[in-house]
Amino acid sequence: MPLLEIKNMTHHFGGLRAVHDYNLAIEPGQIRGLIGPNGAGKTTVFNLITGIYKPAQGHVILDGENIVGFQPYRIASKGLGRTFQNLRLWRHMTVLEHVKLAQYSKITYGLIGAFFGTPKRRKEEAEIKEKAYSLLKMMGVEHFADQIVINLPYGAQRRVEMARALATEPKILFLDEPTAGMNPEELRQMIGIIRQVRDTFGVAIFLIEHRLRMVMELCEQIQTLVFGEVIAEGVPEDIRNNPKVIEAYLGKEIIV
Amino acid sequence: MTFFFQNVINALQWGSFYAMIALGYSMVYSILMLFNFAHGDIFMVGAYIGVGVATVLVTLTSSGAIVLPGWLILVLTILISMFLTSFVGMFVERVGYRPLRDAPRASAAITGLMIGIILETGNLAIMGATRVKFPPIIESVTYNIGGVFVTNKKIMIVVISLMFMFALHQFVQRTKWGMAMRAMSFDYVAVPLMGVPMNTIAAMTFAIGSALASVAGILFGIAYPVLDPYMGIVFGWKAFVAAILGGRGSILGATLAGFLLGFIEIFVAMVFPSTLRDLIAYSIILLILVFRPHGFFGEPYSAQLRL
Repeated sequence: MPLLEIKNMTHHFGGLRAVHDYNLAIEPGQIRGLIGPNGAGKTTVFNLITGIYKPAQGHVILDGENIVGFQPYRIASKGLGRTFQNLRLWRHMTVLEHVKLAQYSKITYGLIGAFFGTPKRRKEEAEIKEKAYSLLKMMGVEHFADQIVINLPYGAQRRVEMARALATEPKILFLDEPTAGMNPEELRQMIGIIRQVRDTFGVAIFLIEHRLRMVMELCEQIQTLVFGEVIAEGVPEDIRNNPKVIEAYLGKEIIV
Repeated sequence: MTFFFQNVINALQWGSFYAMIALGYSMVYSILMLFNFAHGDIFMVGAYIGVGVATVLVTLTSSGAIVLPGWLILVLTILISMFLTSFVGMFVERVGYRPLRDAPRASAAITGLMIGIILETGNLAIMGATRVKFPPIIESVTYNIGGVFVTNKKIMIVVISLMFMFALHQFVQRTKWGMAMRAMSFDYVAVPLMGVPMNTIAAMTFAIGSALASVAGILFGIAYPVLDPYMGIVFGWKAFVAAILGGRGSILGATLAGFLLGFIEIFVAMVFPSTLRDLIAYSIILLILVFRPHGFFGEPYSAQLRL
């Protein structure tokens, strides 16, 4: 049984058909890509699955349960983590706090613990901190832990967002353009990080990307979305040579 | 000079009412991007609940059913009223604001005004048009410190207010709910993705804001024992000004701005005829906002990244 299965998902914004009859099946540990020109509906697909929008039609089955209509926090608790195209960090909180809040459901001490520093709080705080540091270290940003996130370089902010998503212990991780705005060196590192994340935690990864070189190198399966519809799906080799994809998307991109 | 210090004491007391109410405005705004315009009326409801609780406790004590010292009656009144008023706040959030979470902000603002009117007129219908007196809980003692007259009530009001502000600060810094609240004030879209139930945090924010408003209501009732159903309107608006002046969602900002408002009002009245007090005081605040439209601790709008 696939970890995440989407059947006939359709959504409209007013009269605009944003996503039409979208299907997907992701197995545990897979790395999958979603490509398509600007405005194709890629981020909308993410928002529909993560519960920010509710699909008008169709099923989204995560770990055997239909999650359509669930509130975003429940979907997240069921093991779906995510990063955003435009970073959504909490500007004036520290890096460590980001990764701590991501472990919200693990914090069980209440008011008394918080105000009086009970042994339970100390124990939990230590565990949470340790986990936070190990993730930040993996992302190579542990030396920023006590800094306000807005003061970090852009590439480091992306890594913080990734660490935050991983701290929720997802079974599947959605990455919305994880290398947007990165230079070739950072891009190379990010590819390494994504592979490492998959190998270490065994999470499935579903990513939106504009840089085809990266998608082709990283993903096992790729979908191409144009005007809300999947026009091609397959292994990188097939996508690269698919005339429909080239027409809709690759033609322009290869020249660049 | 003694006259000056006398007014400092008065301003501290006056400012603590504003600060306590402003905190509720500020917290709700930072988390849900809406101004709860019913908040002034929740302050009024909190004061009335305080009267009810205090009356019951005082009657029980005077009839000899239980014997409680004055300070314990006060503590119990505050705690029980906070608890009860927090449900008023959560009810307002659940019924009035939650259905409008994705609606245009103007709809939420109108709803707030409506809820305010319902609370005022509802109170009028239940309690009648006669003013309610806050029962005397503690004996007033006046100290003469070098010509400055300080009552024990004034000291108590300022100290209790500061205590609650400090407790709120600790709550926001140290608990997971507080951390979620701070995060929501920066970007609320990412918060539920951390497994944080937004509705719980929203209800909690309203509960805390209302509980603080009820403390302010009780303290106000102790200082100025006559209450009426419309007492929350002007106070609410002025505390709203303090919340704006403090900066979006800043606890420290709302506190300082509340006290600043108290100081400006009292000192304007010290120099000018008291009929001109609000005119001059709020002209000064308008002038501050011209130069600092996002308040003391808020960020300029352009720096915000919101959905």
